[in-house]
Amino acid sequence: MAVVLTDSGEFQVAATGGLRVSPGDAEAITGWTLKPEGMCRDALCVPLNDEARRDGKVDVAAFWRTLGHPVVSDAHGETWVLGTAADSRTAALAGLEAPDFALPDLAGAQHRLSDLRGRKVFLTTWASW
Amino acid sequence: MPVWQQLADSLKTENFAVVAVAEESRGAEHARPWIEQANASYWCLIDVDHRVASLYGMVNVPQCVWIDEAGRIVRPPETAGSTDHFRRMDPVTRTMSAEDQTARETARVAYLDAVRDWVRTGRHALATDQARAKLPTITPEMALADANFRLGVWLRRHGRADEAAPFLAEASRLHPDSWNIWRQAADLEEVGKASGPEFWDRVRGLGDRPYYPPPDIVVGANITG
Repeated sequence: MAVVLTDSGEFQVAATGGLRVSPGDAEAITGWTLKPEGMCRDALCVPLNDEARRDGKVDVAAFWRTLGHPVVSDAHGETWVLGTAADSRTAALAGLEAPDFALPDLAGAQHRLSDLRGRKVFLTTWASW
Repeated sequence: MPVWQQLADSLKTENFAVVAVAEESRGAEHARPWIEQANASYWCLIDVDHRVASLYGMVNVPQCVWIDEAGRIVRPPETAGSTDHFRRMDPVTRTMSAEDQTARETARVAYLDAVRDWVRTGRHALATDQARAKLPTITPEMALADANFRLGVWLRRHGRADEAAPFLAEASRLHPDSWNIWRQAADLEEVGKASGPEFWDRVRGLGDRPYYPPPDIVVGANITG
């Protein structure tokens, strides 16, 4: 089993030899679907080489690197972070639409920034340290 | 945090919300005393992965972003009322001169007044091109730093502190300008280390560069900072 941390959450998946997972898990983790032409999302398909898609598995780490995103894993290959590329993040900010997020309060209740649409928001950070 | 409560109270009849995000990789319990003491009526959220800092390109606390009714950033991340006067504190007594205390308080009040002014009149909101010019640029090193930080925090949270340490160190090496990453990692290592001798060495290492870059908000004839 491997744990995969992405911007959309934390996934536990069966993985072998790095981060080779079933096409279904690959889709859940990345939002991209395995098709004969490669990994596809909407009208866009990114080709996968044979090594990255052999034995009915998808090498999600290799695919993620192909997209230019950062990939980091622990020494055992059990815990993976699939990050978001710098240029995607810079481009998202340049649109000036406030990046959305949901975070818990002390009681564990989730709050989503975009639920405050229609109000002015003063978003501030702090820390105990 | 009591400051944000005063801000929220003074604007409670306006169409306005304060969202205070605790960058707290040790988890909610570590932030609880501050939040409960502030008796906050606004959203106090816990961000163990520093996700908000990543999304907005923030590198220090407190930094804030102003977001308008349409969900658009009208002021990118900037220092939320803090100043560099602390750097001139007496290292032994940890006190500031009366002059510095006054200047610091004046800057803080001016900043909060500017927030109120924006909420009530729209003043200080930046035009699109100005806002865009002030946005941080995320570099590949920063993106990789965030991934390392996230893995380090996760390993730490799962009782694997020894494995976590190199990832946290790598995050700081890749993004040396992020006080958030360095100080959080120091705090995870040992509570108090984030403001200990190593922190002060790093602050001295800034030389003429600011720790809290002042926001360039023009309030009447004065500029805060």
